Amino acid sequence: MTIRLFRIDDRLIHGQVVVGWGQPLGARFIVLVDDEVRDSEWEQDLYRMGVPPEIEVIFASAEEAAARLPEWEADPRVGILLTGDIDTMAALVSRSDRVTQVNLGGIHHRPGRRERLRYVYLTDEEAAKLRRLASNGVVVTAQDVPTARAVPLEEFV
Amino acid sequence: MSEPLLGVIVSHSALAQALVSAVQAITGVDGALVPVSNEGCDYDALARRLERAVAGRPAVLFVDLPGGSCLTGAARYAHGNPALAVVTGVNLAMLLDFVFHREATPEQAARRAAEAGAKAIRTPAA
Repeated sequence: MTIRLFRIDDRLIHGQVVVGWGQPLGARFIVLVDDEVRDSEWEQDLYRMGVPPEIEVIFASAEEAAARLPEWEADPRVGILLTGDIDTMAALVSRSDRVTQVNLGGIHHRPGRRERLRYVYLTDEEAAKLRRLASNGVVVTAQDVPTARAVPLEEFV
Repeated sequence: MSEPLLGVIVSHSALAQALVSAVQAITGVDGALVPVSNEGCDYDALARRLERAVAGRPAVLFVDLPGGSCLTGAARYAHGNPALAVVTGVNLAMLLDFVFHREATPEQAARRAAEAGAKAIRTPAA
């Protein structure tokens, strides 16, 4: 086993991740990649509150994640890796040739973004970054929960 | 006398609105509770909804789950503000108790609500 889900979701750890994906995948660790959360014990406690004790939560900065990705990919347990934005995920993907799929789970409305799907809002620049990921061979799909259809990037970008 | 506390229910989907309606139907008390849904929100958007709901009043934020985006958003919003307190695991029983005990500090009201909510969870004989 290894990291089974590479997900971009600006809510980071929340119900869809822990229950929606964590249960069917049998996830036993979650890597949360976010520089701000990495430096805040208080925020880490908040995120841990939503995770059952049998699932380990690992907090990493973007730099730490890039360095430790091979270790997590070799972990015998099933894992989920989360980033809150496209740039962080793209940087990680560029460091590993084992990341073949990226899931868009929630990128919400902000000024400059427009709706592509109910739970995916992107600026044109962000859309271009995702297209670049795809052109490098990564399968990019949007899927908030496992029971929903995985929507291919070309259908909404 | 200080201003009675406001209760802000923070939930997934339409649960918060349903709880507000149920409390109004049972008690006839209006205006003590405000619903906030996290639907379509990142944390910044949820903070803006909370800001509008609280509107500078002392309040208890009743969150649906003890973890997840509603809690994270509510706890971030309330962090460092003594006029706000957070309770998780909102249920109808704790809200019914809260609307009649709003002359307290947010922290006191949050503790009382947690106790009232926990007492309501039972397994009566079938």
